[in-house]
Amino acid sequence: MTPQVLVDGLMSGALIGLGAIGVTLTYSILRFANFAHGEFISFGAYATLLVASGISALIVGSDHGIGELSISPAVIAASLIAMTLTAGFALALDKILFSRLRGKGAAISVVMASFGASMAIRASLEFAFTSRPAYFSPDLEIARPIVFGLKATPDQMALLAVAAVLLMGVHLMLTRTQIGRAMRAVSENPALARVAGVDVDGTIRFAWATGGALAAASGVMLGLLVQIRPFMGFDLLLPLFAAAILGGIGSAPGAFAGALIVGLGEAITVQLAGSEWRAAFAFLVLIAVLIVRPTGLAGRPT
Amino acid sequence: MSAQTPLLIVDRLVAGYETGLSIVNGASITVAAGEIVAVLGPNGAGKSTLIKAIAGLVPISGGSVTFAGHDVTHTPAHRLIGAGLAFTPQTENVFASLSVGDNLKLAAGILPRTLRADRIAEAYETFPDLARQRALPAGRLSGGQRQMLAIARALLVAPKALMLDEPSAGLSPKLVEMVFVRLADIRRSGVAIVLVEQNTRAALALADRAYILVQGRNRHEGPARALTGDRMIAALYLGGVVTDGAP
Repeated sequence: MTPQVLVDGLMSGALIGLGAIGVTLTYSILRFANFAHGEFISFGAYATLLVASGISALIVGSDHGIGELSISPAVIAASLIAMTLTAGFALALDKILFSRLRGKGAAISVVMASFGASMAIRASLEFAFTSRPAYFSPDLEIARPIVFGLKATPDQMALLAVAAVLLMGVHLMLTRTQIGRAMRAVSENPALARVAGVDVDGTIRFAWATGGALAAASGVMLGLLVQIRPFMGFDLLLPLFAAAILGGIGSAPGAFAGALIVGLGEAITVQLAGSEWRAAFAFLVLIAVLIVRPTGLAGRPT
Repeated sequence: MSAQTPLLIVDRLVAGYETGLSIVNGASITVAAGEIVAVLGPNGAGKSTLIKAIAGLVPISGGSVTFAGHDVTHTPAHRLIGAGLAFTPQTENVFASLSVGDNLKLAAGILPRTLRADRIAEAYETFPDLARQRALPAGRLSGGQRQMLAIARALLVAPKALMLDEPSAGLSPKLVEMVFVRLADIRRSGVAIVLVEQNTRAALALADRAYILVQGRNRHEGPARALTGDRMIAALYLGGVVTDGAP
């Protein structure tokens, strides 16, 4: 095993973390596991691809990578637009599907609906874009030494920094701002939150939009580092849930920590046992947590 | 009671968690500005459901609620506090996972930005215990401190009326006395209080007037002192608590 797994593990941990925040926010505020969250990741990646190709057709030269990065100004601008679009997509899905089922009948019906939505969105993406992988840039990036013999591509370093900023931003938002306090209040006790003057419906919408935007960011990063496929988000769903549950579902800092553990564990597993065992690690984490400590690292007993 | 229009008028209210299964069946109460009104009655009389319905937490299917001259019958719960009508539930009335400070900051959210810090500082002045524990998660406060935080939270936005659901529940007699002394202070500052209580003796000692509900309807009403002395009422509806001491 080489220390290089650190770089790979941190990178995939950051991607998983951005997705796991959305899973954990939806769970803590609406009390349901959204299986369609992986599709927000794919949706965000394809939306960025479309918008970026539009921008580069309109503005000559905007599709060239910045400096040593393969990331172009067109992709950066498109990813910001795609984050907004994905936030809107998550809100629309809640409005037309989940909100109609909430509070009626068994809670499991919402989960099943999210499973159906996941399949429908995935199939639509495959129909529209085919299952052939797509790429943001044809450039090949060469990893270069950074410190202690570790190597990383300029893209990896830039995206790690962006992911760290986004995760820190979410943490500050949850702990220091009024909307963050409102989200924590609604997740603990919606009735008391209303009595305290919190607009619960507005808070739920904000949580969906945040989860959607972060999922899109995760999708763009995955697309830049690997490739864009209709199944990219669905394949990430298991690590997302493993991270969210390991961290204690409902806890955002727990989801970051869980994501880093799952990301590093996957990278080590790939090194030691081969890439076909990657998904097995997330499964093992999930099973072990559910047996040993179902409330997760940061979870409180309910 | 003053001759002017009461602050809160609840007129023949019908409410319940599920349609067709009403728990409040036409109860009516009025509360004047600065008045303390107790709502009493046997278990299951619909006392708690009545104030939860007024607070917007239980669906109302008939009757009306008028507050400060406005019809607020179907006003969403989160708007009522801004209109000046505050409510503290019986249990889980603080956010246990949020710090004491965050509980207050959350409640200050409906105030204009410039006022928030001042109001929180005032709350800490009124409740020095809370100021010392501001960084502590509210779930780790003692029962009495929790009740104080719940009341401080409700008063933070300077409401015209405060509705409390069993503020004495789960507290020792000494703490009950402390809470009720606070309520008397709060009334002196001009806030009307609606008090739902099982602790009839303490409630009648504090209140100006009281209503006794049975099966979601008004059964008796009158000045608290008159009800305190009425042995028949005590025996019939209040489990003899008033005349016989401890329940």
